[in-house]
Amino acid sequence: MIDEIPIPSEQVKLFFKNLPFSKYIGLKLERIGNGQAVMTMPYQKNLIGDPKTGVLHGGVITTLLDSCCGAAVMTAGDPKTSTATIDLRIDYMRPAKPERTIIAEAKCYRVTNSVVFVRANAQDGTKKIPIATATGAFTSPF
Amino acid sequence: MSNHKEIDQVKKEVLVSLVEQIPFCKTLGIKLDCLGNEITAHLPFKKDFIGNPAIPALHGGIIGSFLEITAIIQLSWAIFLERKDDQINLKNLRLGVQDNILQRIPKTIDITIDYLNSGRPVESFARAKINKIGHRYASVSVKSWQDEPNKPFAMASGHFLVKNLNHTK
Repeated sequence: MIDEIPIPSEQVKLFFKNLPFSKYIGLKLERIGNGQAVMTMPYQKNLIGDPKTGVLHGGVITTLLDSCCGAAVMTAGDPKTSTATIDLRIDYMRPAKPERTIIAEAKCYRVTNSVVFVRANAQDGTKKIPIATATGAFTSPF
Repeated sequence: MSNHKEIDQVKKEVLVSLVEQIPFCKTLGIKLDCLGNEITAHLPFKKDFIGNPAIPALHGGIIGSFLEITAIIQLSWAIFLERKDDQINLKNLRLGVQDNILQRIPKTIDITIDYLNSGRPVESFARAKINKIGHRYASVSVKSWQDEPNKPFAMASGHFLVKNLNHTK
């Protein structure tokens, strides 16, 4: 599925790279287009939520999934304005393995001119089951 | 009598240690205020937290993180306070308690975030309300505001996995 998603142009890459909060937690846009997006985030010690196990904080995963969903929304058509999250639900399936880079994939599954519905999941590459899944509704930029 | 003072002191230490020891809380610069047993979390504004430079608005991820952190801290705190009532002996508490509370950081099962307004580039506050703590699961609602507590700009409701030893006694 990932192969169908185009690699972003330098301009788009740069835009996401320079978003302050994405920069702050080290998000990287890998692929984007056709209402889909793939983002990665390297493991960082300052983002740990459970000092005993070294597992990343849930909020970090929320940020990754929210950004990835937002990016997917912007490519589901020809955007006239920007988008904003209306609501986002995250299900945490299992803890992310410490030291692993997290990969998020988002896909818009319903696009209207008022709302865009998106689903996303985050993987750490160790198991088939994602570490978290997200379902979101975003304001439509179309 | 001095016991009460000491207990208050221990409580404060535990609260401070919660933020200090969770790296992500420290990274974001979250501070806690405690009136009675109610915690108010403060999220300072930093330029790094911007998600939409055009408005400018806070990133949805930071808002979600802030709400989730507040819920988790209020839960840890509530579980800790429940235990403490019958443990007035402070001698062994002071050392043990911080580990104790951190060993049982609640794990998020799910969280639903409602973005009501964009977050302006100013300081934000949040308070959590615990709907229920069972011995394994807890349900918590959180609100976050910038000016007036009864005009939240984001809300969340989540379920958490807890190990509440109070219930197994």
